[in-house]
Amino acid sequence: MIRFIGIAAGAFFALSVLWAFVTGAYSAATEPAPETAEHAFHKHPKELHLASDGPFGTWNLEQLQRGYQVYKEVCSACHSLKFVAMRDLEQLGYSEAEVKAEAASWTVPGIDPNTGETTTRPGEPTDYFPSPYPNNVAAAAANNNAIPPDLSLMTKARHDGSAYVYSLLTGFQQQPTELLKKFPSAKTPEGLHYNPYFANLNLAMAPPLTMDGQVTYADGTKATIDQMAQDVSAFLTWTAEPTMPKRKQTGWPVLGFLLFATILAYMAKQQIWSNVKPAKNKQDD
Amino acid sequence: MSFPWAKHYAPKHPLTRFLDEKLPLPRLVYNAVGAGYPVPRNLNYMYNFGVLAGFCLLLQIVTGVILAMHYAPNSLVAFGSTEHIMRDVNWGWMLRYGHANGASFFFVVVYLHIFRGFFYGSYKAPREMIWLLGVVIFLLMMATAFMGYVLPWGQMSYWGAKVITGLFSAIPLVGEPLQVWLLGGYAPDNAALNRFFSLHFLLPFVIAGVVILHIWALHIPGSTNPTGVEVKSESDTVPFHPYYTAKDGFGLGVFLICYCAFVFFLPNYLGHPDNYIEANALSTPAHIVPEWYFWPFYAILRAFTADIFFIPAKLMGVLAMFSAILVWFFLPWLDNSPVRSGHYRPLFRKFFWFGLIPTMAVLFYCGGAAAEEPYVMLSQVATAYYFLHFLVVLPIVSRIEKPKPLPFSITEAVLGSDNKAVLSENAKSAV
Amino acid sequence: MATSTGTPQGNAVAPEAGENGVRRRDFINIAAVSAAGVGGVATLIPLVSQMAPSKDVLAESTTELDISSIEPGQAIKAVFRKQPVFVRNLTQKEIDEANAVPLSILRDPQTLAERTKEGHHNLLVTMGVCTHLGCVPLGAAEGENKGEYGGYFCPCHGSSYDTAARIRKGPAPSNLVVPDYQFTTDTTILIG
Repeated sequence: MIRFIGIAAGAFFALSVLWAFVTGAYSAATEPAPETAEHAFHKHPKELHLASDGPFGTWNLEQLQRGYQVYKEVCSACHSLKFVAMRDLEQLGYSEAEVKAEAASWTVPGIDPNTGETTTRPGEPTDYFPSPYPNNVAAAAANNNAIPPDLSLMTKARHDGSAYVYSLLTGFQQQPTELLKKFPSAKTPEGLHYNPYFANLNLAMAPPLTMDGQVTYADGTKATIDQMAQDVSAFLTWTAEPTMPKRKQTGWPVLGFLLFATILAYMAKQQIWSNVKPAKNKQDD
Repeated sequence: MSFPWAKHYAPKHPLTRFLDEKLPLPRLVYNAVGAGYPVPRNLNYMYNFGVLAGFCLLLQIVTGVILAMHYAPNSLVAFGSTEHIMRDVNWGWMLRYGHANGASFFFVVVYLHIFRGFFYGSYKAPREMIWLLGVVIFLLMMATAFMGYVLPWGQMSYWGAKVITGLFSAIPLVGEPLQVWLLGGYAPDNAALNRFFSLHFLLPFVIAGVVILHIWALHIPGSTNPTGVEVKSESDTVPFHPYYTAKDGFGLGVFLICYCAFVFFLPNYLGHPDNYIEANALSTPAHIVPEWYFWPFYAILRAFTADIFFIPAKLMGVLAMFSAILVWFFLPWLDNSPVRSGHYRPLFRKFFWFGLIPTMAVLFYCGGAAAEEPYVMLSQVATAYYFLHFLVVLPIVSRIEKPKPLPFSITEAVLGSDNKAVLSENAKSAV
Repeated sequence: MATSTGTPQGNAVAPEAGENGVRRRDFINIAAVSAAGVGGVATLIPLVSQMAPSKDVLAESTTELDISSIEPGQAIKAVFRKQPVFVRNLTQKEIDEANAVPLSILRDPQTLAERTKEGHHNLLVTMGVCTHLGCVPLGAAEGENKGEYGGYFCPCHGSSYDTAARIRKGPAPSNLVVPDYQFTTDTTILIG
């Protein structure tokens, strides 16, 4: 009985889904899905090599400091970094005093101790990086309705994130004429900017790095657009996962120990099984 | 219950004797996973995954309870508290990556455990109850994993919760009120997050309870083995300890190497970048996918794109997705071949390797791909075969198949001969 | 429960058999178990209904919107019950496109007039929630993919809606839902 019901149910599901297949195939054949500009012109991120790549990678502190400088002088005008605290800057190689001074150069919201009114005060190492806007409505209003995303986790929130940030920053360009020829309706709307590394090609953010020397690096490195983009990508790789080198450095001894223990376990198993070892293994398939 | 030749627990130390009298826990362990449990001597490495699944459950409970000490289940701060664990809590990054990847590895292990059961016919009489409890564990695991994925309150968490609870709205009449009731609102929000956290904490202990029943039921007939021939005499078995504890110890080592490679070097490989964006009710990610272990079932859900008479496509998809697992409950009665092991079933084996396994591979792949051609059509063909395999192919194959001759006993299969078997054959011919 | 079979042996008290063989003490036992059952079921009521939306969630059930600033061809996203609402000011071309579609080819047949308010047929108010599995369709913001039919496009499973937000292609079973709303003045609407 159960087998008859089973066969009936199986046939029902199989026929329904095959019916869906037939109708789907018919509509795909008669009205193929139109190709979109995103499909045809979106590009995968360019290659970017950072010191933190690979299973042994760790931070290049000079580069992170330069990247922090780019964030502070360029990105922070619109983008917050809300999960990163000023005290974390110590990990970039700054001394305690430098971190304190650096924190004080940021203005954070505070409360007037006498009146209780909201006011602002210089930052302290325990503060988190302040948001440039008091709230999302203000952020949207100041940016043509597009809220600048928080950057703390940006490199983890995109596929191949570090390379994505680098490609996006260096990828602004004129909309290709072949695109307009092929997809006349996909013209970049007013107020948006064409960038083939952005998922739907048109980005609300104007090119932030516009000329060489926009930032004057303290360590004397020449601040080309490419250099700044690489440095800030490295910095955002750090903000997304400050514990990454510790993770990898922990991983090696852990794997080494496990390998050792597993070999021991294998030898113990062989020794225990030696007295019941099959003379001939007949399990041949 | 056990075999008559099972070793008996005989405590020697006064303390163990005292315990045995007042609370015979050491005796229970001895009989369950110790020297008092005779196990077929010919289990291969596919039989390691049961113990490994138990280890994964333990791993998830330990890391999960610790994470719960630092996590805050409130929609305003949940995402931030996850980042707090990653950045500020001592070793928090390891616990969180360990828990997230632990879920994936739990599913890897359980899928291999199920695969073993499918091939060696572990679901067949007299082991139906073990199998049914196993399917219950799998369903509970899926519910737990789904709710756990919501907790970081990233974009995939939110939209996954919305899409999956949206499945209930396909049920006629009661669907939409049911969805609102489940979420405690019109869309996922604090109420939903909080109850998901509560249930995500609770369910693993329910799973642990069902696992105990699963093992209990296993100890009544004892384990299957690759020949599918039941244990006949003492020479067919070895005590669980030290033979299989040693073998499982080695298996655990191999498992931990793979697991730690992911935790320490590819912690986000099995995750989705969108979950590092905080949940936003007003913007849907371009490509919503569940975690990889749900892909086959998600592919089945999406395969139904056409209405069938009065049943809307959406409801068909939901029915099919649930049926895809429910059908496992009936497996012991759908496949009633007297031969257990796929080794001795030539026709079954063809359908298994060239039908079910490629189908599952296609469903896995298509469930993770975008909802466009050719993935939809591929998943439609695979879905059709999936149902045909369990509901049509297996019942028919088990009827028409001519199995290969079985070995007389496990001992014969392993050693090539079994003295007792020869003896009894002689005895028979003598009569 | 010993309700049916004969008298227990060694019972000192004489059996007080009722008409149907149910003795008084059996009746008391049945009543006690029934009372426990009723109590148990009654306890389920708060346990089940606590899951339903709480008062603060229900309180957010209306939204007022100023629609004067939406230019023809533009749309705004608002929030109603924590879910997006699209308010779209249709151009004449979009209205003509919607009206040109014969109802017979629609999966969920409705005219544009039925989906808008009298005298404001250019103003299309819909939930921004795909009727398939609840994603937010694209097409309300500048530069987003509006799909093949110029209305909304859901990226999750590819449902396309036309300029009247009616389902035209893809897995969604019905049109984008028009919530209950009314014009409080000529330029404001109250949803809910």
